[in-house]
Amino acid sequence: MAGPLTRRTLLGTLGGVGATTLAAGWAPVAFPRAFAADTKPPRKERQWAMVIDLRKCDGCKKCTEACQETHHLPQTFEWIKVFQVKDKTGGQYFMPRPCFQCENAPCLRVCPVAATFREADGVVLVDQDRCIGCRMCMAACPYGARYFNYADPPKYDNPFGKATPQFPVPQQKGTVGKCMFCVHRTDEGQLPACVEACKMFALYIGDLVEDVATNGNETVRLSTFLKENDAFRYKDELGTSPRVWYIAGHGQLLDY
Amino acid sequence: MWPIGRGDRNFWIAVLVLSALVAAGLYAWIYQIQRGLWVTGLNQKVSWGFYIINCVFFIGMSYGGAMTSAILRLTNAKWRAPLTRLAEATAVAALLVGAIYPIIDMGRPDRFLNILLFAQVGSPVVWDVIAISTYMVASLVFLYLPLIPDLATTRDSLRMSGLRRVYRILALGWKGTPRQERSLARGIGIMAVLIIPLAVSVHSVLAWLFAVTARGEWHSTIFAPLFVLAAMLSGVAAVILVVAAFRKVYGLQEFITAKHFRYLSYLLIALDLGYLYFMVSEYLTEGYLLDEATAPVLEAIFIGTYAPAFWAFTIAGLLFPLVLAALPGRHMIARSCIASLLVVAGMWLKRFLIVVPGMAEPIMPWDWGRYAPSWVEVTITIGSAAAIPLILIVFFRFFPVMSVHEMEEVEGAPEPRGVVLVPSFAEGGD
Repeated sequence: MAGPLTRRTLLGTLGGVGATTLAAGWAPVAFPRAFAADTKPPRKERQWAMVIDLRKCDGCKKCTEACQETHHLPQTFEWIKVFQVKDKTGGQYFMPRPCFQCENAPCLRVCPVAATFREADGVVLVDQDRCIGCRMCMAACPYGARYFNYADPPKYDNPFGKATPQFPVPQQKGTVGKCMFCVHRTDEGQLPACVEACKMFALYIGDLVEDVATNGNETVRLSTFLKENDAFRYKDELGTSPRVWYIAGHGQLLDY
Repeated sequence: MWPIGRGDRNFWIAVLVLSALVAAGLYAWIYQIQRGLWVTGLNQKVSWGFYIINCVFFIGMSYGGAMTSAILRLTNAKWRAPLTRLAEATAVAALLVGAIYPIIDMGRPDRFLNILLFAQVGSPVVWDVIAISTYMVASLVFLYLPLIPDLATTRDSLRMSGLRRVYRILALGWKGTPRQERSLARGIGIMAVLIIPLAVSVHSVLAWLFAVTARGEWHSTIFAPLFVLAAMLSGVAAVILVVAAFRKVYGLQEFITAKHFRYLSYLLIALDLGYLYFMVSEYLTEGYLLDEATAPVLEAIFIGTYAPAFWAFTIAGLLFPLVLAALPGRHMIARSCIASLLVVAGMWLKRFLIVVPGMAEPIMPWDWGRYAPSWVEVTITIGSAAAIPLILIVFFRFFPVMSVHEMEEVEGAPEPRGVVLVPSFAEGGD
């Protein structure tokens, strides 16, 4: 700086530094949601997870139908979608895909209005009263698990009075919806609709806290079950930390 | 005398035709608002389409206009004088159109304010809203500042009291005193410097809307600079087209000569080459590794479903315009216009090639999506494209098409006074 340091320039400089610091310090207050977006969900009694045994799935799509019935969805809405996969070895198998309830969910981060949020039990929900329908989350989801309500959803009188993020039925036109592990059922001690509907018992709903999982037929120790069957998570390399594990078994390659 | 005064009939025909197209677009938009987004060709797999393409396309076009003017001002290029006003107005017109598209694309446009109320600063959508609105204000100021002396001149030559009052307010008491001249020059200088990083930021965050996702086609570090260059390229091409059109209609051959088109073509060539380099760099690095996320989409673009669009863009939209603009010899103006038209069309195709294959690519095992726009999307697109010339025609009905003040400052320029200054309606007051 040219010239001697005067009180005026000193105060000016300090004022500038002070204002910047203040502004930075207040930013978390002004934008609490963005700064609070930690990747680890807070602890709760339950931490929901799902295991899908690809050895058992025969592609009957009963899970999809049950889901659509529970949530009163049109047929194009496959919140749990069964993909028919031909792998590189020429084998063929079926792969149901619910929402993976990622612990590091890309959809949650890109939402401009924080309409997508995580519950204490780890389930990622959508507040359809807030969603603006920009569909950024659909672009960001690496699994195509999100569905946009282009048209009016089928009419339905919600017995709970009002549609909630936990039971968003009927869906709102112009907003995005997705699988939420049927938290309206699990909270009541029931199995998710898809798990209950699967006649092959290929779907397991589990709890990471209690370390158990059940398909409605048998109950397993979750961590042991995953380890013994070489369970894997789809596109694990993306770092999204899905809450859904797959068990391979038709000779398919693990690394898709 | 106001040149368009002579061709009044043509002016009204142009306004009528363009307004009809804009009205059709507005009708389609209202139709869509009433019914919902199912009237588009969008679906669960390809959930972004024409609207996002157009958003990037028109905002990009705007960027080129602003940059052209800013760069020419900063480098003090003397030949810029008759072009800056047209370039700045093109920037504003294209931006006004492009900035509407995010709203057209929204499922719940009635909740637009939620973006401000619940803004989550980690979201690229919020970055976009901040960047675009800042840039909008800046480009309006950038158009307005150099206009002030011309507004004052128009004010002084008008007799109709009502219109005169409007010009008097807009001219902010400009008298041309040395002090005013100094402040204005400084203001324009600051804006010219500011507008460049602002425009860069707008197009970078538009690119990050795509690049932050885990899609093979989009997740690329080169996306932001690629978008910036694409924007400049399409913007310079748009400026060439606008300048050529107004030169012809307003009879500005005396001021805007083949020399101007040659210089603008140089800019076009440089940007075109730069873009080719970026594109090769992008596809070479992706295609050489050919990882599983990128391979199917590259295959679809080079030899599959999207190959016709890709090769049309590369050959007719990048390489052929390069040849047209670079060749020496006659018909410079016609050649640069055709080259620009091809570049503009090509850059729209390129945005299509970014958005649609990126959405349609199989992110789950083997689930390619399909997309065909509906009449609603096509009508809105045509209507919005027509809005740009309409805005420009109406704007230049009321404001001088060239910066008279600037023309006077630049040495050797022909004396413009009396040619483009006073609108024809002013004579009605005589």
